[in-house]
Amino acid sequence: MLVLYVGSLASLFVTSLYRLNEDGSGIDKVLGVQNYRTLIDKSVYFDIAVRTIKIAVLVTLLDVVLALPIAFFIAKVVSARWRRLLVAAVLVPLWASYLVKAFSWRAIIGSPGGVLDKTFGASPNYGEVGLIIVLAYLWLPYMIVPIYSGLERLPDSLLDASSDLGAHFGFTFRKVVMPLLFPSIVAGSVFTFSLSLGDYIAVDLVGGKTQVIGSVVFDNFSADLPFAAAFAVVPVIVMVAYILGIRRTGALENL
Amino acid sequence: MQFTRRVRLLFGGMTGLVLAFLYVPLLIIVVLSFNTVSSLSWPPKGFTLHWWRMAMHSTGARDAFVVSLKTATGATAIALVLGLLAALAIHRFKFFGRESLNLMIVLPIALPGIVTGIALSAAFRQAGLELGFLTLIIAHATFCIVVLYNNLLARFRRLSPNLEEASADLGAHSFQTFRYVTFPLLRTAMLAGGLLAFGLSFDEIVVTTFTAGAGLETLPIWIFKNLSRGEQQPIVTVVATAVMLLSVIPVWVAQRLTTDDGPLTGGTR
Repeated sequence: MLVLYVGSLASLFVTSLYRLNEDGSGIDKVLGVQNYRTLIDKSVYFDIAVRTIKIAVLVTLLDVVLALPIAFFIAKVVSARWRRLLVAAVLVPLWASYLVKAFSWRAIIGSPGGVLDKTFGASPNYGEVGLIIVLAYLWLPYMIVPIYSGLERLPDSLLDASSDLGAHFGFTFRKVVMPLLFPSIVAGSVFTFSLSLGDYIAVDLVGGKTQVIGSVVFDNFSADLPFAAAFAVVPVIVMVAYILGIRRTGALENL
Repeated sequence: MQFTRRVRLLFGGMTGLVLAFLYVPLLIIVVLSFNTVSSLSWPPKGFTLHWWRMAMHSTGARDAFVVSLKTATGATAIALVLGLLAALAIHRFKFFGRESLNLMIVLPIALPGIVTGIALSAAFRQAGLELGFLTLIIAHATFCIVVLYNNLLARFRRLSPNLEEASADLGAHSFQTFRYVTFPLLRTAMLAGGLLAFGLSFDEIVVTTFTAGAGLETLPIWIFKNLSRGEQQPIVTVVATAVMLLSVIPVWVAQRLTTDDGPLTGGTR
């Protein structure tokens, strides 16, 4: 299975070095880096790659900000009975269809006539801002779960000790909880970051005219497979670099 | 730990807001499934059970549901076996390249679905395999394995090696130890991981698009096709609502399992 997976990644890479033949009817199996040159030379594609990474970073940050308080509340503040109930409440949306959620957001932020527009008279409409909100929504449970389990492993006695030594809550949170929680946050970010990097369906539904790596790969898949493959290698490089970068934090053991 | 009232209120309030953020879009879908107007317009005009009746008789939805069930079952079954073997190998033996192997095993969930999708699709084509049910299950198994692998590895790390040593000291050979000592301790982790893998496979659309071939429709693919056809939209909201209601069962089961861990695993709670 692993051989199959790594093998297919290799074949993806090899395909990215081929080129389309002159009349565009087939693929010439001649190796060359022309697809990558197109990616770097044409500023359109370069901009798309940068924009996609920017969106993925923003989605991840937004998810961290949203996930921290709820994970902390569930893990440390409420009673055991409430804890079970709230964990289930976070998990259920994970099982609801991704497509339907994305579509629901289409009905929410659309303007004019969307739910937000009808209720408050204002809405981000389809576009980059809407897309970031929707992606953050879609991947939020993937961030809450690792942070919650990280907090669960964190002994209460540490918090008690910190407050016994006179630290107020904000200080304890910053200086005790956050450093110990860092690997869990990074583990969650692997999911939110990677899922955002590759998405093209939500982009299509709520992104308006926003173009990202995923949509370009998808559009070129049948017309120019080598080029699609080359562009698909970009998120691979980004993710591998990211994973290698975070290996030291021990986050991979929290995945 | 005692928290001041202010901290409790602050965190409770934020939790409430986040939960609302998570649930309002789902509620909108539920409400729209009873709406008398066929488009996804807001606010709803009136109450009807018409779409629910239509959905009951939709063979397309039922067939797609069955395909999804089969795929998720197949992929989860493969993942249970291979995920266990991989976790055992990585946990038990120290060998050259162990770290990089560990890294490679988690790649399928660390890489975006579209990468996995076109990579596998290209590989299947080069291998001369026709896209269909088999390729779909194999493709889903790649990311399901990771889920099982991660869950089991986490469990292995918490397991005390003393238990297996005690079993060996009492004269059990290694297979007996595995059968009667290790495996029962892994069972809850396998079930919880299996449920998660099942859920991921059930809802997967991107990898599916690239590896299922033209004739095969899983539930997400069916939903995707019918969402873009206006007159079918309300039926999709019904199907989505029904699936959400059904999903409460696996979540509840998984919860029961993870809280029944007991002291043997060395859990902190």
